[in-house]
Amino acid sequence: MSAASKDIKIVNEKIVENATCTFCGCCCDDITLTVDMDKKVITKAKDACVLGKSWFLNHVIEDKPIARIAGKEVPLDDAIDEAAKILMDAKFPILYGMSDTVCEAQRHCAPIMDDCGGTIDTTTSVCHGPSGMAFQGVGEPTMTLGEVKNRADFVMYWGGNPAEAHPRHFARYAVTPEGMYTPNGKDDRTVVIVDIRHTKTAGVSDIFLQLKPGKDFELLWMLRAACKGVDIPNDCKDICGVEKEVVEDLFQRMKNCNYGVIFFGMGLTMTRGRHFNSGALMALATDLNEFTHFVAKPARGHGNVTGADNVVSWQTGYPFGVNFSRGHPRFNPGEFTTVDTLSRKEADAALIIASDPVANFPKPAIDHLTSDKCKLISIDTKNTPTSEAAHVSIQTSTYGINTGGTVYRMDDVPISLRPAFDSPFPSDLEVLTKLRKKVNELSKKANRPYATKKYM
Amino acid sequence: MKGQLILIPGRSSKQGVGLNKGKLKEEYIRVTTTLELSFEDAQEIGLETADIVKISNHIGETEVQVKVLKEGKLPVGYAFIPYGPPSSCLFDGETCGSGMPASKGMTIDVEFIKKGVKKKTVLPPRTAVS
Ligand code: SF4
Repeated sequence: MSAASKDIKIVNEKIVENATCTFCGCCCDDITLTVDMDKKVITKAKDACVLGKSWFLNHVIEDKPIARIAGKEVPLDDAIDEAAKILMDAKFPILYGMSDTVCEAQRHCAPIMDDCGGTIDTTTSVCHGPSGMAFQGVGEPTMTLGEVKNRADFVMYWGGNPAEAHPRHFARYAVTPEGMYTPNGKDDRTVVIVDIRHTKTAGVSDIFLQLKPGKDFELLWMLRAACKGVDIPNDCKDICGVEKEVVEDLFQRMKNCNYGVIFFGMGLTMTRGRHFNSGALMALATDLNEFTHFVAKPARGHGNVTGADNVVSWQTGYPFGVNFSRGHPRFNPGEFTTVDTLSRKEADAALIIASDPVANFPKPAIDHLTSDKCKLISIDTKNTPTSEAAHVSIQTSTYGINTGGTVYRMDDVPISLRPAFDSPFPSDLEVLTKLRKKVNELSKKANRPYATKKYM
Repeated sequence: MKGQLILIPGRSSKQGVGLNKGKLKEEYIRVTTTLELSFEDAQEIGLETADIVKISNHIGETEVQVKVLKEGKLPVGYAFIPYGPPSSCLFDGETCGSGMPASKGMTIDVEFIKKGVKKKTVLPPRTAVS
């Protein structure tokens, strides 16, 4: 290649060092992106995993309208006016999603629902909502992933499949990295997987416990009892599918490690027992502190679902499922969570931000959300079944690729994003700032008692 | 050819890759309509990889393609499907006061519909990794 052609290549290429992948809760912030600035595409994503690569490399600027009402292209401001009017006119407006956008945009969501007396809920309610409830009941023996990397010599994954859902969790944080007190990487760690399926994750484990489906709570409680000196029962295998000797050996390893950590996934929170399961697991980690240092952490899915929990918590006092209809925040999972408000056909307007309930929710909830009884507003970066079914649909730019801001990694560590290239689509922050202003104006006009500027 | 199994929907890396390509695109649709069965259950019900089956419960029904796993990969009596619209149409809206629908472990009926064509696995995008 001649010097001249090399120069041309360099002019058109941009390298973004230490970019953050926001596809999953690992929020790996060591990715090197190569961007073709002419075509506005990312051509290389060095160090990203298979999911991260597909996140970056499939990102294209789509040729589609920024805003649509009933399928027809409209100016953005018209769509925002229409969305604000729908929310203000509704008897039971709900806002749901927020896990795939930056904290700066998330902070406008609670005030919008506050002004229209609605209900705010995040995708946490259908992933680690039960863990959020359990935190309030038993506390959270927590840590950062940096601590895990440097100190943990006992690593357990319970009801999760990081090999497929968080592929770099092993290499970057928990299993293979060489840490300050774990200089030999995996050789210095015992890796235990508890699951009902022999997943890809099970392949990297030193010990794999194939549990009887739905028996998580039983095994957790046996281990808790063992912490208090109670023997593992002889019929352990009949109860939970794991041999008594294996559980005894596991307990000894947990007790005798220097620093133990349990990451838990939706295999624990989505099954029978839900928040009792998460509560039992965190209580077990707390109990083990009688013997050694032990922590537990949910393995969070979406890139900034942890940020959504944090932002809604600092604004309202609760992480998800918060209702403002009485002018002050009330938290009640089961009453104010989105699957419930939709399945019971209560919500008559839904603002869905950066999420896709039409593809993922239970059928009764989808049936109501897509019916004419519920006006659907979607703010999303991609075409999804939800954006396609929406009455008002606004397309925004993608966080971490086109727009900067802050996200929280799954261990509650905030990370600043380094966008790769601009997008013709507005950011979530821009859209939500405008929407919030409009809703606030309408709320004041309507003389709503709770129309305030308190979050400004 | 009919049977009853317990369905465990979950995440998979192929589903994650498909999701990034677009939820309305072929790859995502194919991944989320693939039902994984244990070797033993497939033999019991009389199903083979690529067969098209109807899965249903009291909430809804949908058609999916079967993939038979090697022995020991899945407990007998259980089936796995990546999250997506087909799994959603079997979820009950009842959350038992938690906000979380019981999205794992629902009993489903599996019924053979027709023979299907084994589809090629689409690999993730090739990238230059230095
Ligand atoms: S592990 Fe998660 S955050 Fe890290 S590169 Fe893979 S998808 Fe992205």
